Amino acid sequence: MAVALKHGTKVWHRRERSRQFTAWAAWLIGAVIFIYCWQMISDKTIWSFVADAPEQAADLAVRMVPPDWKSIYGLGRPIWDTINIATIGTVLAVVLSVPIAYCAARNTTPSVALVRPVALFVIVSSRSINALIWALMLVTIIGPGVLAGILAIGLRSIGFCAKLLYEAIEEIDEKQVEAIRATGGSAAQVTAYGIVPQVMPAFAGISVFRWDINIRESTVLGLVGAGGIGLPLNAAITTLAWTKVSLILLLIIATVIISEWISAKVRHAII
Amino acid sequence: MSIAAATPRHWKKPPAIKRAWLRWALVIGAVVYLAAAVGTTEVNWTRVWEGLPRGERFFAAFFPPNFTARSGDIIDGILESLWMTMVSTVIGIAVSIPLGIGAAKNIASPPVYYFCRAILAFSRSFQEIILAIFFVKLFGFGPFAGMVTLSVATVGFYSKLLAEDIEDMDFSQAEAVRASGAGWLQCINYGVQPQVMPRMIGLCLYRLDINFRESAVVGIVGGGGIGATLDTAFNRYEFDSAAAILLVIIGIVMLAEYLSGYVRGWMQ
Repeated sequence: MAVALKHGTKVWHRRERSRQFTAWAAWLIGAVIFIYCWQMISDKTIWSFVADAPEQAADLAVRMVPPDWKSIYGLGRPIWDTINIATIGTVLAVVLSVPIAYCAARNTTPSVALVRPVALFVIVSSRSINALIWALMLVTIIGPGVLAGILAIGLRSIGFCAKLLYEAIEEIDEKQVEAIRATGGSAAQVTAYGIVPQVMPAFAGISVFRWDINIRESTVLGLVGAGGIGLPLNAAITTLAWTKVSLILLLIIATVIISEWISAKVRHAII
Repeated sequence: MSIAAATPRHWKKPPAIKRAWLRWALVIGAVVYLAAAVGTTEVNWTRVWEGLPRGERFFAAFFPPNFTARSGDIIDGILESLWMTMVSTVIGIAVSIPLGIGAAKNIASPPVYYFCRAILAFSRSFQEIILAIFFVKLFGFGPFAGMVTLSVATVGFYSKLLAEDIEDMDFSQAEAVRASGAGWLQCINYGVQPQVMPRMIGLCLYRLDINFRESAVVGIVGGGGIGATLDTAFNRYEFDSAAAILLVIIGIVMLAEYLSGYVRGWMQ
């Protein structure tokens, strides 16, 4: 118990004295790092631009209302493309993530020394590169369009799905697997009847969760040329058509809210 | 007495969805949708075909990646990304703590609750990139715009999770502290904070990791950091430098993941 004597009475303290000093030292180091980083950013900032930001914001807000409702007819196709990019991309990722997760899970991998590190590396590389960067890469390689968007979403989502799935596989109840093995099931049967039913709810939940995220991500892929609603958004911003920008933003919010609602419903139905 | 010979019975796996009509409706719906989606996707296959040698060059560029040609730009970009990550995580979390406490139903009064929830919903409704475009417009090019973007994204993420964690906590502990005569702040500090702290530290490290990854993206729209360097490398078709940048990003993310596991172990 951390107790200090003050004027003859015992006073309760949260930490022992030495631990308290360590905590203070940690805070001090943290503060120094923060101030250093802030200083570096501030050196690269033109503060007069920052100072007139409120005026700029007010100006922009005035120019954005009212939204240009008439141009909504031209946006049906981009929204459809956006939804397709997210959905097909998710399907692709989910299909590909299954074997990778199988190889990455400690209890199902064919080889802990050889296969598992490779699978883990695939997962980390896929996860650490944002969908927009994948899109940037794919647009330079296979050209602009919806296909680049689908592949970008797919490649980014493999890591996410595989990571969550392999963690689910590692957490299964080993006894059920053993029971199937004891009945004389082959390796494929053990997987199909011992492992798959246990991870199925997690798997479905992960897929829907990722789909929801992907709808959000696919709205911006057009900024680098990978199709979807981002293309008209980028065009509207570069031509300074602010009333159209505000319409597209409203449309994006609506799409995101609907997809969130669907994913919440589906997850509720699964669990 | 049964006469009929028992037909050999086979066990069948129970279907995942019990209602047959729903099962078939879902299957048919999925097939129709996928057919429509794939059918309406326009793919310029000749362009894809032309791009394949370029893709091959890109993958060849990884063996070995060229760290030296643009090493100055890469180091500058990475450092800028790290500064942005640090500052935006700290500011974002500092703002999130009052917001998160205000957005927890069990300790905030209704007007405060709805006000904080509204801010939360607003900061979460847009993708980071869209925010970044606007902040670059407002604050000019450079890391400041990126830092503000990441801070806003952090607020949306962290205060929502903090509020949910506070709502899920064991309220009797806070009540016990209050019963001992503690004021509101003491109640938060000794009744609420110890309960949510371990998970929040973990989430803080996780957000640091996300912010670094996102900082690689805000540069594409002018928000500073390694993203700008990467975008330039791609636009110049300097695949060997781009490969080097990607490997650096992957390396730092892996290091961060390893370190965060270490720090989490040390904190507890």
